[in-house]
Amino acid sequence: MFPILTVMVAVPAVGAALLWALPGAARARVREIALAVTAVELVLAVVLFLQFDSASAGTFQFSETYAWIPQIGASWALGVNGIGLLMIVLAAILTPLAILAAWKEDSEVERRTHYLALILLSQAFMVGIFAARDVFLFYVLFEAMLIPLYFLIGSFGGAQRRYAAVKFLLFSLAGGLIMLVGVVALYFQGPGGEQAFLTDNLTGLTMSTTAERLIFLAFFLAFAIKAPMVPVHTWLPTVAENARPGTTALLVAVLDKIGTFGMLTLGIALFPNAARWAAPVIIVFAVISVIYGALLAIGQENMLRLVSFTSVSHFGIMVLGIFAFTQTSVEGAALYMFNHGLSTGALFLAVGFLIERHGSPNVSDYGGLQKVIPVFAGTFLVIGLSALALPGLSPFVSEIMVLVGAFSAAKAAVIISAVGVVLAALYVLLTYQKVFTGPTREGLEGTRELSTRERVVLWPLVILMLILGFLPGIALDQVRDPAADYVSAVAAEEAGE
Amino acid sequence: MSFVTPEIAWAPLAPVIVVLGAAAIGILIEAFVRTPATRRTAQLGLSLVALIGAAGVAIVQWATLDGAGTQVLAGMVTVDRQSLAWQVVILVFGTLGALLFASRTRAGEEAFTSLGSVAPGSTEETLARRKGLQVTEVFPLALFAVGGMLLFTSVTDLIFLFVALELFSLPLYILVALARRRRMLSHEGALKYFLLGAFSSALFLFGAALLYGATGTTSLSGVASGIATATGLDGLILGGAVLVIVGLLFKLGAVPFHSWTPDAYQGAPTPVTAFMGAATKAAATAALIRVSYEAFYGLDWELSWLYWAIAIASMLLGTVVALVQTDLKRMLAYSSVAHAGFILVAFAGFPDSTLAALPFYLLAYGLATLGAFAVITQVREKSDDGAVLGEATRLGQWAGLGKRSPFLAGAMALFLLSFAGIPLTAGFVGKFVAFSAAISEGAWPLVLIAVIASAAAAFFYVRLIVLMFLTDVPDGQEDSIEVDYSPLARVVVGITAVAVVLLGVVPGPVLSAFENAAVMLVGGAG
Repeated sequence: MFPILTVMVAVPAVGAALLWALPGAARARVREIALAVTAVELVLAVVLFLQFDSASAGTFQFSETYAWIPQIGASWALGVNGIGLLMIVLAAILTPLAILAAWKEDSEVERRTHYLALILLSQAFMVGIFAARDVFLFYVLFEAMLIPLYFLIGSFGGAQRRYAAVKFLLFSLAGGLIMLVGVVALYFQGPGGEQAFLTDNLTGLTMSTTAERLIFLAFFLAFAIKAPMVPVHTWLPTVAENARPGTTALLVAVLDKIGTFGMLTLGIALFPNAARWAAPVIIVFAVISVIYGALLAIGQENMLRLVSFTSVSHFGIMVLGIFAFTQTSVEGAALYMFNHGLSTGALFLAVGFLIERHGSPNVSDYGGLQKVIPVFAGTFLVIGLSALALPGLSPFVSEIMVLVGAFSAAKAAVIISAVGVVLAALYVLLTYQKVFTGPTREGLEGTRELSTRERVVLWPLVILMLILGFLPGIALDQVRDPAADYVSAVAAEEAGE
Repeated sequence: MSFVTPEIAWAPLAPVIVVLGAAAIGILIEAFVRTPATRRTAQLGLSLVALIGAAGVAIVQWATLDGAGTQVLAGMVTVDRQSLAWQVVILVFGTLGALLFASRTRAGEEAFTSLGSVAPGSTEETLARRKGLQVTEVFPLALFAVGGMLLFTSVTDLIFLFVALELFSLPLYILVALARRRRMLSHEGALKYFLLGAFSSALFLFGAALLYGATGTTSLSGVASGIATATGLDGLILGGAVLVIVGLLFKLGAVPFHSWTPDAYQGAPTPVTAFMGAATKAAATAALIRVSYEAFYGLDWELSWLYWAIAIASMLLGTVVALVQTDLKRMLAYSSVAHAGFILVAFAGFPDSTLAALPFYLLAYGLATLGAFAVITQVREKSDDGAVLGEATRLGQWAGLGKRSPFLAGAMALFLLSFAGIPLTAGFVGKFVAFSAAISEGAWPLVLIAVIASAAAAFFYVRLIVLMFLTDVPDGQEDSIEVDYSPLARVVVGITAVAVVLLGVVPGPVLSAFENAAVMLVGGAG
């Protein structure tokens, strides 16, 4: 069978190597080449999506397994279930848009080459992580991905970018290394042998309660840092404030989903008992994230920080859905991972475009822009409304599924989180009001309208959100079976006791 | 009474004999070849042939070894797959080290002083330099050191172990003192290294004497059986065991026996630092394994607190102190202290898999060390009138190196990432197998401390990467740094960089080889 997943990892990786290897003269065309590479990747992702059999979305499809380091039980094993599929599609959609968004940045060809190559490299890692079916491979990619991201944040962006990059790296590394202890400990719980790290071989293990809980916590900490949950979220606002908006869009929209993705595919699938044991505490932290993130978002002056805090809030809702363990809530959380990618990705990119025009990320430096640039204002409003989960736009579907689904399992948590939804209306609409309504501020009269390139970046995301808002089944069909598997894994453990 | 000539099977000792023989020939070359340039070429050629030849012999022996191995010299030396694996590792380091020893700057300046016996700053020194004198004795000295290390990996007798320890230490003391620039620092480092080294040798010897008193023998296996049978001698046995281990921990550079490392690392000529940092650690680890698993296996419970305590202290102190260093060589010295701690983690509970894990760890660590110091030899200070001076080892001087030389900065970043244990580098696989060994014996709290230390250590490795790639060259400093070009040093950088990536991405074959080597002829494991 055609190893499409390996190819999808290889295409951007080779593309990155190609960009770096290009001779000086050919580097004038790096943007086009990078875009072409991501276009190929997008086509592959579409093929993947069409070929995917959603009737059995719970099983890993397009599976490939090759021996990699048999001495320590590691394999190059790829495969996607419905959730992994959606995440890969999301990565394939957002990467070309991030490249387009940064089209005008970097007058220096060399810096541009580095930026694009690093973006492509990150994409290769993203696809690999979402497709990994081997815990060791997952871990290796999870950690190695930090290197391109570190340079993406540290080399391109605002004044404090080096500090942001180091902060990001240290948070991620601390989580990752503790996860490493879990990975190694898991090996000794498993069957061993040359394929010891295959998730299939590690699912349904019988281990002592203490071992399972400790290993679960080691994994969960790494994932909680990645899917920024209070109190280990503090790296995100720093990074968002200083990195290039395109980088942040990819980071928050796709990469941070590795956190929630890992909670599902590793945390719950491998340690259902411990997951259920920890769920009440995790839900408390999730609810704190929802409220705390939303409250801080309202107080932010810097729009990039604002958007990053809204994400902390939204990730809280996803985690709530995952650990409520009902069919609807887990389904909704998985769907939200995709929808939030579209919505927040678009939001970061739109804010980036605004900052590009006047150089300031601060809300108070703007005012009355909707008279000057009505199309921009309208687009921004729609994207903003998607973040507050307006019906008709896709995030609404997933958010309501999480809240309704989780209600039977965690009533108090849902009621409090619903307040977060109200707060979302505040931070979105207040920001819109300050930036776009009222009298036009002096000096902003000549603000450029949304250019064609910028429309090409933002509108596809808006259109996708509209389509999925009315026809959520397209995506929902892919996550139903995996969600059912995770829920039944936890439920089976419960019944077994 | 008739005198019987002892039968000695020389063949298993071939790698040691080749290296020590070449060292002896090297001394003769010193005596009889007059022209410095010819002498240098001859010494380099001889060293490379001897080291690569010895490595070849060791590999052939490894592949054709009958059974578990053989004992020679009345059981004082054991040649088994474990010792041969370590010998190959040390010979690889020796070969790369010899290349670095011979590297010269573009202006033809060597890393070593022109005449070691003259006082720094004296007229004689100037004269010697003007005459173009060279201390090419460094090559035979290094060969003696390598020969001693090879023995050190396979000796199974406490007294002979002491002889091998001195055999490789004495040449190193001299080598450390031979720096061309900053000679006072070099002398200071050498003196500290020598004094503390002598002290630790004495401790080692005292420990050996105590063990002899308790068990009546100096052979490691004899000590092991003595420990098993002796009653009421716990004080002697434990005291002796601890002192012997302390002597080895000194060479490993573990806290609290690490105080020589920063000065010796900083003062020594950088090629010597590179060689010493890589090879001494490997030899000390090999001997520590030999002693722990062969003689003290029955004491695993009594000694585990020692390994735990020293591992934790080394990791924490090495990491914390490295954070505040401003000199690159001192920073790497403290990082080597932290790595000594990581190495000791694998000893927790004496797991069998340590025998396969540590050769890989040390290979990964040594290659990155050699590569990193090779890069340091290439970054030089430049005076206002354009003359190239010594190495630029202040951290701030490395700002913007990524722009000056993407190759060197990229390679350095790779070595640092490998030290930090980032996946897809050799260092990660090394840490993975070492920590796996510890966890297999249930020492996960120790491993947890180790990973937290790794995360903290990443901070100072990353700080240098930030300096090289994300910081611009400070204004007015554009001309203060010269990126030197020495083909030999560049070759070392290239080889080690490729090896670090290969061992990180496809470590399978090497891991297999070391798994095959995880067998000792005598001892608790295997």
